[in-house]
Formats: sequence, structure tokens, C-alpha cells
Amino acid sequence: MGTKVTLCGIELDNPVIPASGTFGYGYEFAELYDINCLGSFSFKGTTKEPRFGNPTPRIAETPSGMINSVGLQNPGVEKVISEELPKLKKVFYKPVMANVSGFSVDEYVYTCSLLDKEEQVGWLEVNISCPNVHGGGMSFGTDPKAAGEVTRAVKSVCRKPVIIKLTPNVTDIVSIAKACEESGADGISLINTLLGMRIDLNSGRPVIAMNTGGLSGPAVFPVALRMVYEVSRAVKIPVVGMGGVFSAEDVIEMMMAGATAVEVGTANLIQPYASRDIISSLPAVMERYGITDLAEIVGIAH
Amino acid sequence: MEQVTLNVMDNRPIARSVWQMTLMGPCSAVKEPGQFVDIKLEGFILRRPFAVCDWNTMGMTIIYKVVGKGTDKMTELLPGCQLDCLIGLGNGFDTAPSGEAPLLIGGGVGTPPIYALAKKLVSEGKKPQVILGFKNIQDVFYENEFRELGCEVTVTTSDGSYGIKGHVNDVFPEYYTYYYTCGSMSLMKTVHETAKTEGQLSLEERMGCGFGACMGCSVKTHSGYKRVCKDGPVLTSSEVIFD
Ligand SMILES: Cc1cc2nc3c(=O)[nH]c(=O)nc-3n(C[C@H](O)[C@H](O)[C@H](O)COP(=O)(O)OP(=O)(O)OC[C@H]3O[C@@H](n4cnc5c(N)ncnc54)[C@H](O)[C@@H]3O)c2cc1C
Ligand SMILES: Cc1cc2nc3c(=O)[nH]c(=O)nc-3n(C[C@H](O)[C@H](O)[C@H](O)COP(=O)(O)O)c2cc1C
Ligand code: FES
Repeated sequence: MGTKVTLCGIELDNPVIPASGTFGYGYEFAELYDINCLGSFSFKGTTKEPRFGNPTPRIAETPSGMINSVGLQNPGVEKVISEELPKLKKVFYKPVMANVSGFSVDEYVYTCSLLDKEEQVGWLEVNISCPNVHGGGMSFGTDPKAAGEVTRAVKSVCRKPVIIKLTPNVTDIVSIAKACEESGADGISLINTLLGMRIDLNSGRPVIAMNTGGLSGPAVFPVALRMVYEVSRAVKIPVVGMGGVFSAEDVIEMMMAGATAVEVGTANLIQPYASRDIISSLPAVMERYGITDLAEIVGIAH
Repeated sequence: MEQVTLNVMDNRPIARSVWQMTLMGPCSAVKEPGQFVDIKLEGFILRRPFAVCDWNTMGMTIIYKVVGKGTDKMTELLPGCQLDCLIGLGNGFDTAPSGEAPLLIGGGVGTPPIYALAKKLVSEGKKPQVILGFKNIQDVFYENEFRELGCEVTVTTSDGSYGIKGHVNDVFPEYYTYYYTCGSMSLMKTVHETAKTEGQLSLEERMGCGFGACMGCSVKTHSGYKRVCKDGPVLTSSEVIFD
């Protein structure tokens, strides 16, 4: 059974990549299983400065999903490089995906240029769902011009492949993806979380302290699949698909829609062995559908 | 942490909207009182966290209050049901600083981890003094269970329908060597303000994962941010920021 795929020139043993924010820096999971079975993983969104993130409650449950408003809690890029990456090296020997966030183009450039130099980093995954403090707080990822600007700036300081991670909270995701491609992106990943909310019936107030948060989990799978399908038909660079993937069947469906690799997020939080179990069940599921090589099914739904 | 399948042996109401569930299965991953179990319920995405009330290597008891759809569903679980559980979660109570006569204060359904703690302290030859605070006589549970361990127990109810009328801080003893508490944040704040010693508190937050991966439960403390699920739920009184 062929499970190998190539993402921006780097070969992966399989297309399964735990998604940023749901796998920390890997150690919680490395205590449970050998995480070298993964294709790779995308570590917690890293910013220039350390961030505590948002007040609690940060988590709410939804039908078939969850809402989070963690607010990019992370120790800042310098600590990530001096403390987290050396620890990670002991438990994970494959190239890792460095997930980066920022609140201005300069912050993205600063953080990416430092992580680009780290030997363990295979790809930079640039999360452009964050508000642009110099652009009236609107997210970089909702405006093709701002998305293109971040892409170009980051590309100019990185030697490693740059994957731009898109927010689904837009009217026309294809135009954003195209703007990133035109500005030199090596790949696109999608989707980040969908904005949502819950209200506590006892208090009549939003459950989440920040009122709204990002919806993820099986509830978003069909939306994510549709966006992966549309974007991968419109661009020539590889697409990494994610959103509600909980099984090997979901991985295959995402790949048929056009994803070269697939990230698994929320599933890791609920079933700590989810990514490992998805990988181990891939061969049997491939056999059931007569698939001999995963690389061959990418985009067959187009 | 360990993922195990536990069998429901018994599930019954013990006070108003409060149920006790006994689970059987491998529980040697539970190490300390104050740790919790995260239970997957059919039809719900997120697991539900509950403090371990009592345990041995073959099983555990939890006590839960019906407050929403998940806990309501739990009351329907019959003996023989199998539950997917993450066990041995969290940093529990440390009995080392307790002294010979620690004060244990449980508020409502904050009482369960206090029972596990009392049992451990007694086994170490200490003499825990227990205060349990409830709203009304119908909410009271586990008074006798604590007595059977050999603890001195004082029960308060805010309306005076049982025990002493008032709040837990009205009945603090003259002498105690340390304190441990679990209950609402306002109860624990009162305990902290009344107490003459240091202590340990068990916190509650809404959780995404329960094992330290998502940062969903982070709180600020005097010693940096802490994940309630992994660095807590038990924190020391010098760490907790009361607002
Ligand atoms: C470490 C820890 C130990 C706990 N121990 C006990 C215990 O021993 N006995 C007991 O009765 N309760 C305990 N709780 C609270 C218990 O987890 C909630 O009452 C329960 O999850 C509510 O589920 P629900 O579906 O009925 O409520 P819903 O309101 O329908 O739940 C919706 C979501 O919010 C979460 N949630 C709701 N209330 C709480 C809460 N107070 N704390 C954390 N998450 C919440 C649920 O887990 C779920 O994800 C504990 C909580 C924590 C964090
Ligand atoms: C708790 C939590 C934290 C997240 N943090 C980040 C982050 O730091 N950076 C990022 O790009 N995406 C973050 N995400 C989004 C996920 O990586 C993923 O895009 C999204 O959850 C959809 O996939 P899923 O349905 O499989 O979870 C986070 C998601 C969750 C649930
Ligand atoms: S609930 Fe995920 S880190 Fe605590």
C-alpha cells in the first residue's frame, strides 16, 4: 500500500499531520505513543512576543463540534526556539511544520525568518486568520491584498516552503488563495476555524469569555471539504486539507477533493490516539476502496 | 494518563440532583486524590471531567451533579454500560505539607475529591477535620462516609435546614495545621481569606482535551500561567489569583 506523499518537495511517510493548536509541541502525545508514525505535525501557533491568550472560558461544546478562543497562547518565538524545539528533537526526528501568527506584516516576517533557520523546521505554515492591528483589526486572511502582502514579505525572508493557512470566514476563498499563489506561496492549507458562539441558558450570557470563538470538529467537515475542492481546482500549488477529519475515510475524502496532505485537529483532543489510529487504519480502508497509492487519488473528484 | 474502558457497576441518586456512579476496570493509573477522570458520553463531542471520589486498582467512584445535557444523560447509564475514560488526569493534592491536623473543606459537589484526600490522610495517620457546606438539607451527602473514615465532620447549610446555619468559614476550628478545599470559586476565596495557614485548592475550568494539549483551560497564577487540567486542578493558595 502506498501511503507516501510529497508536500512542497518533502516526502511524508503518510499524509496525516496533527493540526496546529491541537498537538502542543508534541510531548503530551509523545508520552502516549511514538509520534514518529506521523507524516509530520504542525506545532502551536507561534508569535513574536509571548502571549497569555484570552480569558476563560475558552471552550464551548456544539453539536458535533467545539468552539475555542484560546487566543494564540504561546511562549513567543525565542522561547520556542531555545526551549521547545530542543525538547521536541528528542521525541520527533522528522521535519516539523512551524505554524506562525502575527498582528502585523513585520511580526510575521520576524517570526518566520527565525524559524526558517531551524534545522527541524520543514515548512512554515503561516496562519493569516489573525487581526491586522495596522489594518483596522480586519483579519489578513479576509482581504486578497493583505494576504498577498504577508505572503510576499514572508517569502522574501524564507528559504523553506511557505504554506499559507486560510480562514474560511470569507465570501470568496478562491480569490484569497489565488492572491497567495500569485505572491509566491508554495502551498495553501485550509480551513482554520469558523466563527461561532454559544449562550449559557442559566446566565443568558455567551459561554465563551470573548463572546465568540472558532468552530472546529466534524460539524465543519463538509464546509472544509467544499473549500478544499474549490481552492485546489483553482491553484497549481499543493493544498493541505483540514476541518473535522476524524477517520481514515475522512482523510481519503479530503484527498479526493484535492488535498495533498491532511491535518487532523479536534480529533486529537477527544481521542488522544486519533492521529496514530487514523494512520494505522489507512491501509485497510484504502484496500476497501481499491486504492493502492494515496498520491494517485489527490483531486480525482475534480 | 491512560485510556481505559470502565464498566458501570452502580449508578444511583444520593442527594437532590446528585448521583454516585461506581465504575469497575483497570484504575492503577490513578495516583493521587484530586485527580480526575474524563468520560466520553455517546452523542457528545467533548469528554466530561469528574473528580475521583474513591478508587483502588480495580475501580473508582465518582459523584456528579445533574447540571446539563451530559450529566442528565449519565443518569440513564445502567449497570453493564461501558465507558471510554481517560484516567489519572491532573495534578492532585499533595499530603506532604498537611501537618497532623489538616482542615478539609468541601462545598457542594466539590466534596468528592475531598473524600479521596481524607482517606489518604487518615491512612497516613493524620487527623483531618472536615467541613462540608451545602445550601439545603436535600443537598447533603457523604457526612457519614467521612465519619466512618474517623474524621470529625461539621456540616453547614446556608438556610439552616441541616447542621449549622451559615457558611463553611463560620465554623473553622481553633487549631488546624493546613487546609485543602474544593468548591465554587467564591467558597474557596472565602476559605482562603478566613484561613490562618497555607493550603491547596482544586480549580474548575471548561476543558477541550483534559490532558494539556489545547490550552483551553489556562489560568493566570502568581507563578505564571497554569493549565488547570495538567498543572492543576490542584494549585497552592500562594499561586491562585482571586479576583
Ligand atoms: C477537574 C474537574 C473536576 C470536576 N469534578 C466534578 C465532580 O466531582 N462532580 C461534579 O458534579 N462535577 C464536577 N465537575 C464539573 C463537571 O465537569 C460539569 O458539571 C459537567 O461537565 C457538566 O456537563 P453537562 O453536559 O451536564 O453540562 P453542559 O452545560 O451541557 O455542558 C456543556 C459543556 O460545558 C462543560 N461544562 C459545563 N459546566 C462545567 C463546569 N462546571 N466545569 C467544567 N466544565 C463544564 C461540559 O463539560 C461540556 O463540555 C468537574 C469539573 C472539572 C473541570
Ligand atoms: C484548541 C484549538 C487551538 C487552535 N490553535 C490554532 C493555532 O494556534 N494556529 C492555527 O493556525 N490554527 C489553530 N487551530 C485551528 C486548527 O489547526 C484547525 O485549522 C481547525 O481546528 C480545523 O480542524 P479540525 O476540525 O480538525 O480541528 C486551533 C484549533 C483548536 C481546536
Ligand atoms: S483542557 Fe486542553 S490544555 Fe487543559
